[in-house]
Amino acid sequence: MRTLKDVKIGETATVVKLHGEGAIKRRIMDMGVTRGADIYVRKVAPLGDPMEITIRGYELSIRKHDAEMVEVI
Amino acid sequence: MEIKIALAGNPNSGKTTMFNDLTGSAQYVGNWPGVTVEKKEGRLKGHKNIIIQDLPGIYSLSPYSLEEVVARGYLVNEKPDAIINIVDGTNIERNLYLTTQLVELGIPVIIALNMIDIVRKNGDIINIAKLAEALGCEVIETSALKGIGSTEVAERAAELAEKKVAAHMPSVFDGSVEHAIAHIEESIEDKVSARYLRWYAIKLFERDEKVIDELKLDPELLSHLEEHIAACEAEMDDDAESIITNQRYAYISRIVSISVVKKRKAKYSTSDKIDRIVTNRVLALPIFAAVMFIVYYLSITTIGDIVTGFTNDTLFGSWIMGPLTAWFAQIGVAAWLANLIVDGIIGGVGAVLGFVPQMLLLFFLLSILEDIGYMARVAFIMDRIFRKFGLSGKSFIPMLIGSGCSVPGIMASRTIENERDRRMTIMTTSFIPCGAKMPIVALIAGAIFNGAWWVAPIAYFIGVAAVITSGVIIKKTKPFAGNPAPFVMELPAYHIPSSTNVLRSTWERGWSFIRRAGTIILAASVFIWFASSFSFSGGLHMVENMDHSMLATAGNVIAPIFAPLGFGTWQSSVATIMGLMAKEEVVGVFGVLYGVAGDALKMVDSGALSGLSPIASHFTALSAFSFLLFNLLCAPCFAAMGAIRREMNSAKWTWAAIGYLSVFAYAVSLIVNQLGLLIGGHGFTGGTAAALIVLAALLWLLLRRNPYEQAQHLAAQATK
Repeated sequence: MRTLKDVKIGETATVVKLHGEGAIKRRIMDMGVTRGADIYVRKVAPLGDPMEITIRGYELSIRKHDAEMVEVI
Repeated sequence: MEIKIALAGNPNSGKTTMFNDLTGSAQYVGNWPGVTVEKKEGRLKGHKNIIIQDLPGIYSLSPYSLEEVVARGYLVNEKPDAIINIVDGTNIERNLYLTTQLVELGIPVIIALNMIDIVRKNGDIINIAKLAEALGCEVIETSALKGIGSTEVAERAAELAEKKVAAHMPSVFDGSVEHAIAHIEESIEDKVSARYLRWYAIKLFERDEKVIDELKLDPELLSHLEEHIAACEAEMDDDAESIITNQRYAYISRIVSISVVKKRKAKYSTSDKIDRIVTNRVLALPIFAAVMFIVYYLSITTIGDIVTGFTNDTLFGSWIMGPLTAWFAQIGVAAWLANLIVDGIIGGVGAVLGFVPQMLLLFFLLSILEDIGYMARVAFIMDRIFRKFGLSGKSFIPMLIGSGCSVPGIMASRTIENERDRRMTIMTTSFIPCGAKMPIVALIAGAIFNGAWWVAPIAYFIGVAAVITSGVIIKKTKPFAGNPAPFVMELPAYHIPSSTNVLRSTWERGWSFIRRAGTIILAASVFIWFASSFSFSGGLHMVENMDHSMLATAGNVIAPIFAPLGFGTWQSSVATIMGLMAKEEVVGVFGVLYGVAGDALKMVDSGALSGLSPIASHFTALSAFSFLLFNLLCAPCFAAMGAIRREMNSAKWTWAAIGYLSVFAYAVSLIVNQLGLLIGGHGFTGGTAAALIVLAALLWLLLRRNPYEQAQHLAAQATK
């Protein structure tokens, strides 16, 4: 399974499904990371985590551990 | 008739600016009952009967975050007459997600399409007629910052409220989901008011625990509804909550595609270009260090120092205290009264007000960084480090502000959504030396270490080390065990700071410091003066020698507690206790109790160190350092304790925090003093043994395996 964590800087991926449950999953989905949304990986923080993505026209910071919940193609 | 209008919108949508624009200065700021989420209320300018209720900035009406629960609780239980939904036009998709939830509440909704000036500047076109039709509510273009449209929105909202025209509910959901929701609506029709029917039906479909608890449906009905939900989930191959969220966003994508024409963007906007440099992998940390250096250099060393010097020497010294003393002498005021007023009250309060310019400048610069959008980047850059010891990148901002004053620092922890992170940040913020602790540092450096330059940097280093150590220790305790919270944070586009926002926030933070001068510090100054000049023994009378004062008597009782730390004199004990009123009091009390001729705080400021020699004779380098350590790390002043109490909103947690700070400070000072004595050749004593035991305990707490990690790991595997 390919997740958001595996997407390289400068690449765009499409969300297939969100794994996990409860508050974390709902929070990520509320921010617009839902099925079919395009995610562009802008950069990774200087110390290697978290990553910055563009989703639905705005910038979002997400930890790699949480990005593992987002299945993409 | 009074009309209540709620202001709802995402964080960073310009809600605060709009609220200030609508209500002017007539605002009431407090907390929502029972929680520490800020509650702001005001009356619409020019309309006495219209109350504007500011709701916390939220992304959704989910049951998971405190802010969201507060907002939906207000919307459902308090039944406002209308909602103004502020939508950031430059970030329309995510902002409309909240809108789709608000229109389901059956309350009149009007959309303020905000930041329209930037939308136009970008060359984007938003067709508000089409948008209004698709969302089922009116849309008005606004720019709160430029004062465009705000009043019109509020007046229109009031009209809708009077006519009670609820939003027309758009059909957001697909066939089978809509079918299941309609079925739920039918079954609960007689249990909730018609106005909120759809809201409750959708929440039940999502299996929202808060709503299920609230409605207390009979179990048979609940299991019947569950069948429908489960069938729908099987059909869509997803859980109910995700189905709803997915379909909301799908609906928004459809309406945005018909109503918004985005000009093809240049590959990188100005904001992107700035961000590429500021958070660059190589440059980010050096730039961050440089920015912080400039902020502190400007506010503490250069401009701040000049203004503080002026306030202390010229304003209070030459302009107020000098003439006042002369005038008192002229009209023949009793010497003790003149002494109380000039040295006790004006000296004490003035010494504190002397820090105000430095602090205001620091808060001003930090507010600019916040308003520009840089603070979010700081959290982004620092998250990796802070997570290591159980905090998040957002904890850094309270600590930066805390270096000015712990009170606004602790208050700034409100932006941290996760309760555990927030509690830990509140507990550790006061370790960072605040502006009022700097005089203690300067006093010890000046009186004992000949004004050595390295004492101040060491004080900051000790503060940071204490935060890190505590983070690691606390993280491994039971109340803080459990899965880490998600750290998803919006990184808003950079923009030019708004002078109103910056000044307002500078003033609000500075005020929490200044206010102490007129209240607690005034009282403390009078109290110290009184307690050190009078004695109870043999009837209340004034004493010549302070060693016989009631303060000395009380100090002697406490002194043995501090003896193992190396400063078991009544003067040091009293100074430490008085430091709880305000940390800078430590210096003032020292000056008075050790018989320094003149104002000790001022001598520290002006570098007249020879005058401080009476203090030096009571200390060794080791005991002075131990004293400094204890006063830097122990429980903060009462004002900061009050802030801890407000932000923790629990007596238990407040005492836990204050207790932890004090015990930690005692342990560190004990270790340093006793081991220092041992190294200095004072032999192995009972104190040394105690220090070694405490050190071993501290190291064990620090280095032990997290006993709750195993459980977490297993739980995580089980869910996979």
